[in-house]
Amino acid sequence: MSGVFSPTRAKIKERTLRTDKWWLQPLLTFSVLISFVIYATFRAFENDNYYKDHLISPFYSPCLSEACVPEATINGFTPVSAEILNFALSPALIILIFPLGFRMTCYYYRKSYYRSFWMSPPACAVAEPHKKYTGETRFPLIIQNSHRYFFYAGLVLNVILTYDAVISFKNPEGEWGHMSVGSLVLLVSSTMLWLYSMSCHSCRHTIGGRLKNFSKHPVRYKLWSWVSVLNHSHQQFAWFSLAAVAFADIYVRQVASGAWTNFYFF
Amino acid sequence: MARNIKLRIWRGDSTDGGLKDVVVEANEGEVVLDVIHRVQATQMGDLAVRWNCKAGKCGSCSMEINGKPRLACMTQVASFGEEETITVTPLRAFPIIKDLVTDVSFNYKKAMEVPAYEHPANLAPGEARMEQIDVERSQEFRKCIECFLCQDVCHVVRDHEENKKSFAGPRFFIRIAELDMHPLDTLKNRKKTAQEEHGLGMCNITKCCTEVCPEHIKITDNAIIPMKERVADIKYDPIRWLGTKIRKREGL
Amino acid sequence: MTLERHKYDVLVIGAGGAGLRAAVEARESGLRVAIICKSLFGKAHTVMAEGGAAASMGNVNDKDSWMVHFRDTMRGGKFLNHYRMAELHAKESPDRIWELETWGALFDRTKEGKISQRNFGGHEYPRLAHVGDRTGLELIRTMQQKIVQLQQKDGRETGDMESGIKVFAELTITDILKENGKVSGAYGYWRESGEEVLFEAPAVVIATGGVGKTFKITSNSWEGTGDGHALALKAGANLVDMEFLQFHPTGMVWPPSVRGILVTESVRGEGGVLTNNLGERFMFKYIPDVFKDKYADNEAEADRWYEDQDNNRRPPELLPRDEVARAINSEVKAGRGTEHGGVFLDVSKRLPAELIKKRLPSMWHQFYELAGVDITKEPMEVGPTCHYVMGGVEVEPDTAAAVGVPGLFAAGEVAGGMHGSNRLGGNSLSDLLVFGRRAGMGAVEYLKKNGANPVSEAAIKAAAAKIQAPFDRQGGENSYSLHAELQEVTHNLVGIIRTGSELKEAIAKIADIRKRSANVAVTGGRKFNPGFHLAFDLDNMLLVAESTAKSADAREESRGGHTRDDFPGMDNKWRQVNHISSFDGEKVNVRAQALPPMPKELFELFDVHELEKYMTPEEVAKGGSN
Ligand SMILES: Cc1cc2nc3c(=O)[nH]c(=O)nc-3n(C[C@H](O)[C@H](O)[C@H](O)COP(=O)(O)OP(=O)(O)OC[C@H]3O[C@@H](n4cnc5c(N)ncnc54)[C@H](O)[C@@H]3O)c2cc1C
Ligand code: SF4
Ligand code: SF4
Ligand code: FES
Ligand code: FES
Repeated sequence: MSGVFSPTRAKIKERTLRTDKWWLQPLLTFSVLISFVIYATFRAFENDNYYKDHLISPFYSPCLSEACVPEATINGFTPVSAEILNFALSPALIILIFPLGFRMTCYYYRKSYYRSFWMSPPACAVAEPHKKYTGETRFPLIIQNSHRYFFYAGLVLNVILTYDAVISFKNPEGEWGHMSVGSLVLLVSSTMLWLYSMSCHSCRHTIGGRLKNFSKHPVRYKLWSWVSVLNHSHQQFAWFSLAAVAFADIYVRQVASGAWTNFYFF
Repeated sequence: MARNIKLRIWRGDSTDGGLKDVVVEANEGEVVLDVIHRVQATQMGDLAVRWNCKAGKCGSCSMEINGKPRLACMTQVASFGEEETITVTPLRAFPIIKDLVTDVSFNYKKAMEVPAYEHPANLAPGEARMEQIDVERSQEFRKCIECFLCQDVCHVVRDHEENKKSFAGPRFFIRIAELDMHPLDTLKNRKKTAQEEHGLGMCNITKCCTEVCPEHIKITDNAIIPMKERVADIKYDPIRWLGTKIRKREGL
Repeated sequence: MTLERHKYDVLVIGAGGAGLRAAVEARESGLRVAIICKSLFGKAHTVMAEGGAAASMGNVNDKDSWMVHFRDTMRGGKFLNHYRMAELHAKESPDRIWELETWGALFDRTKEGKISQRNFGGHEYPRLAHVGDRTGLELIRTMQQKIVQLQQKDGRETGDMESGIKVFAELTITDILKENGKVSGAYGYWRESGEEVLFEAPAVVIATGGVGKTFKITSNSWEGTGDGHALALKAGANLVDMEFLQFHPTGMVWPPSVRGILVTESVRGEGGVLTNNLGERFMFKYIPDVFKDKYADNEAEADRWYEDQDNNRRPPELLPRDEVARAINSEVKAGRGTEHGGVFLDVSKRLPAELIKKRLPSMWHQFYELAGVDITKEPMEVGPTCHYVMGGVEVEPDTAAAVGVPGLFAAGEVAGGMHGSNRLGGNSLSDLLVFGRRAGMGAVEYLKKNGANPVSEAAIKAAAAKIQAPFDRQGGENSYSLHAELQEVTHNLVGIIRTGSELKEAIAKIADIRKRSANVAVTGGRKFNPGFHLAFDLDNMLLVAESTAKSADAREESRGGHTRDDFPGMDNKWRQVNHISSFDGEKVNVRAQALPPMPKELFELFDVHELEKYMTPEEVAKGGSN
């Protein structure tokens, strides 16, 4: 018997005496995350329907494989061969590791999946089911400490996805100055990604948090203050950006497969 | 205006104990501590409960109310439903002494393990100059009233007695952060020892400490995560590590 | 079972600001120190202090100096203060504050990066070093952490962190022991287990704080039961001027469960305004003659003062506390109070919501959570609450040694003399630091000449018998109801406004309760039993109440924290008199004693015309004592 049932503690047989719906939050988080994971896995392996008329799905950008639809690549830059060990490699798999790693090591997502998947703990003051616990001190969880590198990679991706959003302001004929629902969708998703990245804890640390004396670094202090404001809403940005990216992919997929037509405003 | 409410109070000591039902009068505006005191004065003369200020300033009256760690003096009776039974138990992460009183010495032991502030040797009293923006971060952590609710709720020790040896707990992570962000503190190696001796890495940032803190200190966002980042600077970031070696400065 | 025994050089009873500062001083001089407190470490009353600590650092207005602070303190106390204590306090408090900074305290800052200072009632310049409205917390935490630092040092040297200084928390001292006329130690019990403990120590510092729990409406916690006052009396020391109690003008009045909880004076310092139910800013009517030239008599000037303090007089809301408390009392009595028997205090019209939350965060919190009032939008309801006892153990100013008992020292709220008839806000926190340190030094000096003084078995037996007694009695009275009865008596008969006949009635009633309290029986066991704890505290409160009632009866004038309806004026002859309480084993006796006169150099700090308001013509003509 350990934890709240240890012999020295007050003898109470319930795991928790909470009377509210403490299980609701982890359940919701679990459902949403698992749905996203299933969809993303399916899409990553689909290897199709990711490009149409200057719209590229964020799941497949940058498209770095020789197998890519040529228009989806960045000036034909395809350093990765189409298949590895006779296995046709979806271009999404090459780059998905970065956003995936970014989110997996994100301080906010860590909280949410430790709670909802690992139940460590499922909710506050609700006893967790595990016998042993070592936190993030050992492999593999010690890797969480590399979050900042994923943050840097995320910035590069953000630049590319922003570029994709800009490109989408062309019409199918490749002329600039047009806007469609698709360009809006990509614009929103890349903006959300920026907000997500800029509100990141590693960002807050790098930009000024690591300083001891703010008054000696007035510019970084200002930047830190702004990032701190965004950081308050990091959780919201995490979900909004996830939803925006997923929707952008769905939209491109539907357009590319011909199920929807991309409406042009002008 | 006075009405009767149902209360379930844990009574007992280290040998045994259980929840006892009582009905007690509650008046408008009263907090849970008031009705506990009424029980004490009228029905259970020897009911043990800690309190001091009755204004959320001293952090003595920590207990668990309907399963949540809270200050009894800041929990309004009216915040519960008319018919709801209010269950009060002692803190469940610490050894029980009697009734609602637990042995919180764990926290005082941990307090003694955090190396104290070190003032610059050449700075005489009265000479210190710090701007408000330099002290604000640490001031947030110094709001702590040592109610130890965060220590109680933290699953690292609440659910794993054996971790108590190696884990200082959120209260002391904010103390370490306070000192590491103190503009004048000269002690080196706070980041390293935070990770290696005080168990910062055990925290999985699930934020229960922040949820229960009655002072609304952003324990996780403003202390633990920044400390984890600072630890990453010196331990897990090869590029920065190289940078600091070359420029010979320790963590700024 | 064998008795738990400890041997120390110095025993500090009380872990508030005064006790901790004394302990640090004694330990830094190499002595072995025990600190004892009734609640957990770090929970003492000091933690609740809000506004700040007064020290004339001159960071905000460089015209400030110790002389100005001294003058303000004497004025506030209506010249009944022990001049030497007020002098030491004014001179040393800046150093004590700066010293805290070297221990890691983080006060709010000025633009130049110095410690910021705020205005408070009775202080001529902005003088209170503060951290938002949680200054006491900063003070106590800093010293708590300083003690940890000393312990870590001892740990490095001896391998045992608690070898030089140890905290005994949740332990109540019930007796100070003496052998051969000198202090030899103290006796008490663990609150947790009810088991008894003996401390042998040739020097004991009492730093037990106040007596508020003797009253019904108070800002004090359960700890404020006057233990130190009673322990000192029983050990043969004297109490001085126990008639002076400070009723803080602004305590919460609604809802009933929070009645008495303090609303910090900083609310007024930050521009809060008092009004009655007619919307009238009534304080202008209550400026006493002695303060006419320092306080604005119209709203326009009072409002201007917040911007320009050099060319305007202060708003009357910032008059010393006794004046404001009496004014509120009169307004309420005249039927101009609020529905719940208070007056309105409003800061929402002066400051924007953001600033209120920043400067008065815990007030905002307190009203929002406990009364459902948003002080950034609405006024608060406030009324007087028993807050502080000016009277206390009679001490030598320089060493804090209790008069008449070698080896006994007293500092902080439990010591008397420093504040005269009324304490200025902010002067207590600095008092704790200045005299806490001096008590530590006093003990160090005393021990240079006096060695260990072993405790006799007879003394132990007597102390142990007292603790056992309530358990052996059957069917006696309940300590909770006796306590409530005492609070009724003090509230009704020894409160803000007193009369001779009521005081005599109070004296008789207190004597009666004391007789009955001798039969108090306790149910339950010894283990953490609050009924048992209260039985002891009750005994102390009764002694304190007796001393207060008798001193109040003797003083036939009104001054500071003592207002007599039958003697409404201040009488300069009474200014020369201290009331000394002593205990003969059965009852408290009160006698008059001459107040030591101010020496010339301090006398000359004042304008003669001001002194004429307080002193007899002969005193003024003499012009100081040397
Ligand atoms: C709400 C509030 C706000 C205040 N604000 C201010 C302010 O802004 N500025 C200011 O200057 N002053 C302020 N004061 C006054 C000031 O806080 C107190 O006067 C001061 O803290 C008293 O300190 P102390 O060290 O004398 O004793 P305390 O802090 O009261 O400590 C007493 C200690 O003695 C211990 N003790 C008591 N009896 C026993 C016993 N029998 N055995 C063992 N231990 C015992 C207690 O456990 C405690 O540790 C305020 C007071 C209150 C209540
Ligand atoms: S965030 Fe970390 S320290 Fe806080 S409760 Fe969770 S595990 Fe404990
Ligand atoms: S950090 Fe908050 S919850 Fe933890 S002890 Fe301090 S005040 Fe209590
Ligand atoms: S992205 Fe969430 S913390 Fe960095
Ligand atoms: S009694 Fe002080 S916090 Fe509740």
